[in-house]
Amino acid sequence: MISAYYLQIIILAGINIIMAASLNLITGFTGQLSIGHAAFMSIGAYSSALATLALGFPFLPSLLFGAFVAAFFGVLVGVPTLKLKGDYLAIATLGFGEIVRIVFLNLEITGGAVGLRGIPKNTTLLWVIVAVLLTLFVLNRILNSRVGRALIAIREDETAAESMGINTTYFKTLAFGVGAFFAGIGGGLFSHYFRYIHPGSFGFMRSIEHLCMVVLGGLGNMWGSVLGAVALTTIPEFLRASADYRQLFYGAILVIMMRVRPQGLIGERMAGKSFSLGDSILKKLSITKKTGF
Amino acid sequence: MLRVENLSTFYDNIQALKDISLQVKEGEIVTLIGANGAGKTTSLLTISGLLRPATGEIYFRGKKINNVPPHDIVKMGISHVPEGRRIFPRLTLKENLYIGAYTRKDKNGLYKDMEMVFDTFPQLRGREKQAAGTLSGGEQQMLAIGRALMSRPRLLLLDEPSMGLAPMIVNEIFRIVEDINRTGTTILLVEQNAQMALSIAHRGYVLETGNIALHDKASSLLQNDEVRKTYLGE
Repeated sequence: MISAYYLQIIILAGINIIMAASLNLITGFTGQLSIGHAAFMSIGAYSSALATLALGFPFLPSLLFGAFVAAFFGVLVGVPTLKLKGDYLAIATLGFGEIVRIVFLNLEITGGAVGLRGIPKNTTLLWVIVAVLLTLFVLNRILNSRVGRALIAIREDETAAESMGINTTYFKTLAFGVGAFFAGIGGGLFSHYFRYIHPGSFGFMRSIEHLCMVVLGGLGNMWGSVLGAVALTTIPEFLRASADYRQLFYGAILVIMMRVRPQGLIGERMAGKSFSLGDSILKKLSITKKTGF
Repeated sequence: MLRVENLSTFYDNIQALKDISLQVKEGEIVTLIGANGAGKTTSLLTISGLLRPATGEIYFRGKKINNVPPHDIVKMGISHVPEGRRIFPRLTLKENLYIGAYTRKDKNGLYKDMEMVFDTFPQLRGREKQAAGTLSGGEQQMLAIGRALMSRPRLLLLDEPSMGLAPMIVNEIFRIVEDINRTGTTILLVEQNAQMALSIAHRGYVLETGNIALHDKASSLLQNDEVRKTYLGE
């Protein structure tokens, strides 16, 4: 039917949609710049893989187990970093990502630098499709509810939101928790597809990749994240010959988008004409330019 | 209704409020006037919980609220129209009002109150889907007040509603503020435009560098030589 190669790209695109959409909830809708999303993915990947390998869980329970562990850490990161804004929050999430990577590198149970191997290949195309649809459905439901309005109000003006009676601490933590939950699902699908994970699979560059997908498609637009994830999964595949330049490519995307189209390819679904939503958040991104590329 | 006792608030090491005490009774319009940096905005921010006082107490309807987080203070019935309006410019007018009603769960009452806001500010009617940032300054101020009314406050804190607006629009806004008060909402109004504020208020407090320098009936303050010289430009 589909060759194994194309199947892999499709599955990877699906996982990336989950990653980008869940990051979009945190960064695009709630306005909390996070550049450690891969950490939540790795927590989900490792916990679900261990649930399968060590505890003998069936696939669905181990996926959910991974997601809940990731969500737990999402809340855990959310609480102390809530007072931080912009660059500082970005640095804290970056630091968290590195800590998680180094912990996995040194723990015995996670196989250290060698990682975990022999994970059963439970992830199928159907699982991925269902997971993507469920993720998008749940996130859209959240965003079109009172909760979504609260998150967007926080992004727009945190102080004003607070004085309207919105408990900003609670909702920011919630955004991190829910975002991490779905990132954990993405991680679980990842580990049960590639059957082998190691700390290097979830480094800083992967977080940047997720962020690029969100920015390319449009901060604050879920369909943008779908487009961004698909584009940034497939395009590099066609450019295999120049794979060494991949990171350069991501850097260029961030810079070009900032200059040319800060609202992303699709832009935000917003009142009146297209407002350049990305502006303020992208300004904060200048820090990643300096450190990342 | 609102009683503030010996309140002091700091920004890091700088003391913005020095031991101020004031009272607002049910049904009143009370105004805080004073120069830039006198502590007017700080007072409102402290009352609505956005700033924590270092010392002193705030009582609202008999309950101590100085350690209550701002979102719970809104639920208790205090709504704050911040300085500079701070509407959500990229959201629609209607979304702004919805966020103002965030603490409420009664949908029917909410729609009724939204109608009430449009009755109060007819200029906003029919523009529900417009981005709030595209409104004129006066309309934005109206929206900010409307948004605050959506939580159905007992006490409305108004911070400089005249800021940056043409005199005609200022008149209109103050007329509406009086109307809102007549329908039963108590108002604590902070203003630099002392003339306007005192003309609609029942009582007034004059703030000077973090202290309350004067306190009297608004009509008496309007006659007060000191006030006339310093704040009314005579």
